[in-house]
Amino acid sequence: MTTAQSQTAARGPAIQVQGVQKSFGELQVLRGVDFDVAAGSIFALLGSNGAGKTTLVRILSTLLKADAGTATVHGFDVAAKPGDVRESISLTGQFAAVDEILTGRENLVLVARLRHLADPGAVADELLARFSLTEAGGRRAGTYSGGMRRRLDIAMSLIGDPPIIFLDEPTTGLDPQARIEVWETVKKLAQGGTTVLLTTQYLDEAEQLADRIAILHQGTIIQNGTLAELKQLLPPAKVEYVEKQPSLEDVFLSLVGATGTEKES
Amino acid sequence: MTTHAIADTRTLTGRSLRHILRSPDTIITTAVTPIALMLIFVYVFGGAINTGTDESYINYMLPGILLITVASGIAYTAYRLFLDMQGGIFERFQSMPIARSSVLWGHVLTSLVSNLVSVAIVIAVAFVMGFRTGASFGAWLAVAGILALFTLALTWLAVIAGLSAKTVDGASAFSYPLIFLPFISSAFVPTDTMPAPVAWFAENQPVTSIVNSIRALFAEQPVGNDIWIALAWLVGIFVVAYAFAVAAYRRRLS
Repeated sequence: MTTAQSQTAARGPAIQVQGVQKSFGELQVLRGVDFDVAAGSIFALLGSNGAGKTTLVRILSTLLKADAGTATVHGFDVAAKPGDVRESISLTGQFAAVDEILTGRENLVLVARLRHLADPGAVADELLARFSLTEAGGRRAGTYSGGMRRRLDIAMSLIGDPPIIFLDEPTTGLDPQARIEVWETVKKLAQGGTTVLLTTQYLDEAEQLADRIAILHQGTIIQNGTLAELKQLLPPAKVEYVEKQPSLEDVFLSLVGATGTEKES
Repeated sequence: MTTHAIADTRTLTGRSLRHILRSPDTIITTAVTPIALMLIFVYVFGGAINTGTDESYINYMLPGILLITVASGIAYTAYRLFLDMQGGIFERFQSMPIARSSVLWGHVLTSLVSNLVSVAIVIAVAFVMGFRTGASFGAWLAVAGILALFTLALTWLAVIAGLSAKTVDGASAFSYPLIFLPFISSAFVPTDTMPAPVAWFAENQPVTSIVNSIRALFAEQPVGNDIWIALAWLVGIFVVAYAFAVAAYRRRLS
């Protein structure tokens, strides 16, 4: 019955998903997905490969139509008002969606133009500075390292200050430092009031970033809660004495410097 | 969002024109094959071909060469469109508040500009090789119009190929038959020396009427019925290809 109501509540959830289903031929990818994302929060959709995370993000970003169910983004129904949804969102897909032939700055100017902003050049320069890409701004994006390319990708997504951002596996394929950079960026975004929905297959990423975590498994949400709530699902922690070995990641990061800004290739 | 259609198309055309400026080899490559064909036909085969007119052979065959130039140039549109979809930038555009048609029109207008540049290069080489015409400004304009329409019609075919291809090679392979079509037409030899079934095909396929029209315009002859047949073919191909391209685009989006 809530679906019939108009979604005009000023501080309603930024994203509402109810009973969304999607099949590709015989393959049922989403079998009725429900969740809400509170405005200004970071929501992680956790799932293994093929769980349907990308399909869901594509439906929410109006790239794909659901077979059944409703989804509203920023109060707009994705099926009925795709234009309004696109005004409110930004999608950073699994593969860095940058134009490799254009320079970093030209990529940003391109997106600023397509968002019909007044001063695309100034917007581009501001973002280059914010993402430590000013020096690389004049080089073709094709020459960037994986981390720089991802930063440019995310910078492009921030143009026009969309209130909701979808990040589909933002750190897949990145090295540890670049991953941490992306995490810092996402945290800053949420501090600024942006709602972030991110998908990931890395448990630690969800743990690091998310206010709420939903586990998508075989096309449905099998758990949805804060990290503390999810941890309570298991029996209370037992106290064990184990020797604390540094993980290889700890070693690697301490050797190369976790926050060291990336050297340009 | 249709209010932004023109501004968005301009922005995206600017983007892909910049791609061409960064790799001008695409224009050169497009012009090289027709120029090589022109050299072979004029200096190797041409002496043995009797066109039945007083025209020099290069005057006779240039219209067909220009069509081959365009037919090979449009494959780049399919290629670029395919790469956009592979790379994810296509999805970025689709998830943004822009006029969706502008994504295709940006590529189509870029194809128009780059093919006309290739055609201009080929015509310049033809002049060096002895091509001569007394065509008026109006006739040149008509030739440019026919070639522009030919480019647009074939580019929309290329859009279909680019949108539905599964591999890069598949995206550009569709243009090979188009490149060969002028050989089975009046472009290089008069059709009346061909065996009856081949001659019938040659007489009735679009290239012959287009070639005859351009040839007549260059030779300051009346274009006769050919121009209307040519225009009917071109507009027909344009409309059908456009409709199928839009349908393929919609399929891609849902």
